[in-house]
Amino acid sequence: MAIWRNFTDLVRRFLASDVYYSFKRSPTVVVAFALTMLFMVSAAFAPWIVPHNTYEVATLNLMDAFLPPAWVQGGKLTYLLGTDDQGRDVFSTIILGARVSLLVGFASVALALTMGVALGLIAGYVGGVTDSVIMRVADVKLSFPAILIVLLIDGVARGILPRDVHDKAAVYVIVLAIGLSTWIQYARTVRGLTLVEKNKEYVQAARVIGLHPMLIMFRHVLPNVMGPVLVIGTLGLGIAVLTESTLSFLGVGVPPTEPSLGTLIRIGNNFLFSGEWWMAIFPGLFLVILVLSVNLLGDWLRDALNPKLR
Amino acid sequence: MRYVIATALAVAMAAAPAHAKVLRYSTNADLLGLDPAINNEGPTNAMKTNLYEGLIYRNFDLSLSPGLATEWSQVSPEVWRFKLRQGVKFHDGTPLTAADVVFSLGRYKADQSDMKSYVATVKEVKIVDPSTIDFVTSGPDPILPQQLPLFYIMSKVWSEKNNTTQVVRGTSAPTFINFNANGTGPFKLVERVADNRTVVEPNKDWWGKPDHNLTRAEFRPIANAATRVAALLSGEIDLMYPVPAQDVQRINSTPGAKVLTGAELRTIFFGFDQERSELLDMKGTGKNPFKDKRVREAFYKAIDIQSIQRVVMRGSSRPTGSMVAPGIAGFSEEVDKRPAYNPDEAKKLLADAGYPNGFPVTLDCPNDRYDNDEAICQAVVPMLTRIGVQIKLNAQTRSKHFDKIGLKENYNTSFYMLGWTPGTFDAHNMLVNIVTLKEKDSGIFNSGRYTNPKVEQLTKQAETEMDLKKRNDLMVEAQKIHKDDYGHIPLHQQTLAWGVRDTVDGSVKPRPSNDVDLRQIKMK
Amino acid sequence: MFAYIVRRALQSILVMAAVAFVAFALFQYMGDPINQMVAQDASAAEREALRRTLGLDRPFYVQFLVFLKNLMTGNFGFSFRIGTPVAQIIAERLPATLELVLVAALFALFIGVPAGVYTGLHRHGAMSRFMLTVSLIGVSLPTFLIGILLILIFAVLLGWLPSFGRGQTVQLGFWSTGFLTASGLKALILPSITLGLFQTTLIMRLVRSEMLEVLRSDYIKFARARGLTNRAINFGHALKNTLVPVITIAGLQIGGLIAFAIITETVFQWPGMGFLFITAIQFVDVPVMSSYLVLVALFFVLINLVVDLLYFAVDPRLRVERSVSAH
Repeated sequence: MAIWRNFTDLVRRFLASDVYYSFKRSPTVVVAFALTMLFMVSAAFAPWIVPHNTYEVATLNLMDAFLPPAWVQGGKLTYLLGTDDQGRDVFSTIILGARVSLLVGFASVALALTMGVALGLIAGYVGGVTDSVIMRVADVKLSFPAILIVLLIDGVARGILPRDVHDKAAVYVIVLAIGLSTWIQYARTVRGLTLVEKNKEYVQAARVIGLHPMLIMFRHVLPNVMGPVLVIGTLGLGIAVLTESTLSFLGVGVPPTEPSLGTLIRIGNNFLFSGEWWMAIFPGLFLVILVLSVNLLGDWLRDALNPKLR
Repeated sequence: MRYVIATALAVAMAAAPAHAKVLRYSTNADLLGLDPAINNEGPTNAMKTNLYEGLIYRNFDLSLSPGLATEWSQVSPEVWRFKLRQGVKFHDGTPLTAADVVFSLGRYKADQSDMKSYVATVKEVKIVDPSTIDFVTSGPDPILPQQLPLFYIMSKVWSEKNNTTQVVRGTSAPTFINFNANGTGPFKLVERVADNRTVVEPNKDWWGKPDHNLTRAEFRPIANAATRVAALLSGEIDLMYPVPAQDVQRINSTPGAKVLTGAELRTIFFGFDQERSELLDMKGTGKNPFKDKRVREAFYKAIDIQSIQRVVMRGSSRPTGSMVAPGIAGFSEEVDKRPAYNPDEAKKLLADAGYPNGFPVTLDCPNDRYDNDEAICQAVVPMLTRIGVQIKLNAQTRSKHFDKIGLKENYNTSFYMLGWTPGTFDAHNMLVNIVTLKEKDSGIFNSGRYTNPKVEQLTKQAETEMDLKKRNDLMVEAQKIHKDDYGHIPLHQQTLAWGVRDTVDGSVKPRPSNDVDLRQIKMK
Repeated sequence: MFAYIVRRALQSILVMAAVAFVAFALFQYMGDPINQMVAQDASAAEREALRRTLGLDRPFYVQFLVFLKNLMTGNFGFSFRIGTPVAQIIAERLPATLELVLVAALFALFIGVPAGVYTGLHRHGAMSRFMLTVSLIGVSLPTFLIGILLILIFAVLLGWLPSFGRGQTVQLGFWSTGFLTASGLKALILPSITLGLFQTTLIMRLVRSEMLEVLRSDYIKFARARGLTNRAINFGHALKNTLVPVITIAGLQIGGLIAFAIITETVFQWPGMGFLFITAIQFVDVPVMSSYLVLVALFFVLINLVVDLLYFAVDPRLRVERSVSAH
């Protein structure tokens, strides 16, 4: 009961907040939010809602390959957006592919965020040698563009993991790689903000009454630096999804039997000139809408959380 | 003043000949380097063939004709005698002598040489007189001339002058010879910039009568297939290969561009691990189903090659039951017939062998080596899944693929894809490399270690058999046994597809070895 | 000041050493170069002989020390694949990439800054909303797809621009430039748009948010109160103040451009460093890969150093406590 009251209280407070007000006022943001939600729900329940489960390879038939979308001559109604070169239903592969892409996106952002926030807090709050070491490690990382890091980590993983393990782990390796190559942004931001926060009265006060530094950092400073972190995280989600698709273009993405959106675009890419446009355009369109919605949300969040801009 | 301008104009016009026939052509990767003795790879050898010549030249139809030798004969079982063409000059003007042949052989036999296999049986070269050379072989070698078209003759004087007598892989010293060429061939090297362009112009002093009408040819590699197609469609290049199967129609429907097709000599096949006592994916069971012929037969019959040909290859392949293509010595129509596609029988065979519920196995595939390699493997996955096999696909870039299925990782594969073109255009080369066990120089790419003593014995016999008819029979017999063993699953020969603009003359045809021999290219 | 610079320089050297080690160590796992270099039917003994000649049979740390010593002396080794000194190859390819990156950066600046100013000034205008949304589409599509679509439209369908390569180049000493010929300039257009699109969006959004912040600041309010013209306020004061962070971020983004050139160069067959790197990965050309990574790291470290010093010079507050915050 108490939890429920807490929750309704939270909802009421949110509905009364400036953030919600600015959300309500912008139809673009409402649409973006609705679309993002739709994508996430459909991705979460993908295996149960797709018309054809393309992971069940035994059901695939080469005879059904290269069918155009249903409304084009030669298309079949059962394959709404047509089929690909393996006879897979494009609509179903997109939903299942979005699931993989979003999984990679969320997991890698979560990893980067956790790592970056923790290290940034510690570096900013503790300072001194700890700060130097963390920031120098960050510099080493910064010396390599993200895409190179990912190529490297994936290369190493392929080298040291036994093959069957790597196949199963491919998605996790990519998550790890993208996460490890993007934590720095969070760390730098959080460090900068922490440097500012730590001189504020409330932190001084907490220190004076003898609270443990860990407690101060994670209980008191952290909530005050989370705003910008959420913004970076939202934008990072879009970038992570795109990075994964670029990796699959370079041939080191997830296995082609369980393709992500990026892999689908990469495969479809080969058929752009031959007239089978639906294989690249539909996943591409879907990816654009997905990343666009997420980015619009991130943008709005940035503006809404920035008190100076109200 | 006016006169000066007019003269200048006239000179400028004369400098740019009105009938410039420039061929701009492209393929998916750059040449590996121009050193005759290394970089044994199709497109690279093709360019070397434009610049350098062997004693013997291989014609368009794969038959042999005189090159730098005017005639040759086997004067005794172990000696081949060649008459050297007289009055031939290298591009730098130095005359061709018998000493150059001896020198070139030395480089081919050097430690670092890639081309040793073409002169493997040659023990020594004797200069009988300035125009007569004897090749002494280590045993009777009936097919030596077949191996010699890629034995390029280079100038000893030039090599000494430029300090390139040693064969070096360019990892410890600058490789002058990979960027410069001084052959006797019909084309001279003008410019070579790695990964960018290689430019040649006709050699006006060539001894032969040129069939081509080119004034210049520019080779410009384009790695990305879509970009390569775009460059042809927009007319930036005149000729390119390979054309992706799916783009054939698009090119044919573009005014001014079309696709020429021909049969290729490479055979694509699957192989099984038949040596390990336990399959890689069946650790702890102590079983290797592929040791059972019925399982191999089941896999063979579960693959619907006609659908692959129609859908994945879009008609650009020739399904085959043979491990060598038509046109290769030792090809047999009978071996070429495939056992029919029959998934029901395949299922029954699996059950008979004791695997009614199938077994787990991983298919190793390259994804950037052969036409649609990954797509073929992906198409096979559902076919094998339907007979109950729990099959997984591991498709990766060629360097990793060949590491995995090759010697480097000790044949770390259970089921794999590979393609093979016999470098000597002779089935014996396939038998030695693919279906006999590894010993010394043989069986390197028998990654599944298929073995049958009868096949190995027939292969050995064919090596020294002087009667070409008998030799042919031996090779066919070995292939028949291998086929009845279901030792490998041959899939198809790719169809060669060249995309050309209408600037290229109608007489141009793709060569079976899929390379551009400029001697045969005419422009409109 | 001097001590600070020395400290940063020392740190940079450490960073470089670490990068060199990582670059070298990682490639121990990248597959076997021997397979790429010998004929398909070469024997095991031939393979071993080659391995010995290349020094690939020596222990890991010996190979690394040799590598490091060579780096110090400017000797990047020999490319396994091409057979020429890596330094020479890089000198050959560097101009192509740098010119591409330069044009892409200019494109990003000249489109991004004005667009950012406009959208910042007209925050709620329909046009700025439209521009913001369209710019997001640009960053929501994978680079390779943008490249192929541009080729399809401008090279194949319209036939206006070349689909691959650098066009005609002119040799100025060791530098080969595409700036001096019509075909060279035309060849730059599609790849630099493909490469610069992401940065254009980034700069536009950065300028916009900086403009929004600055326009709210007190000194702008004072300027307005003093009755200065809008023009003088917007461009004389506001824009000028947004440019410091923009230039520093743009500087850092140059490194990103160099990295993303890998994809653009692959699509357009641009004979630069990125294409060299990706081909090197396929051929497991270890010396080229390591040198490329070290070189890119060097670019980044240098840019970082310059940016740090710029911060130091521009913002006196930072002389006490250096605080870097990402945008």
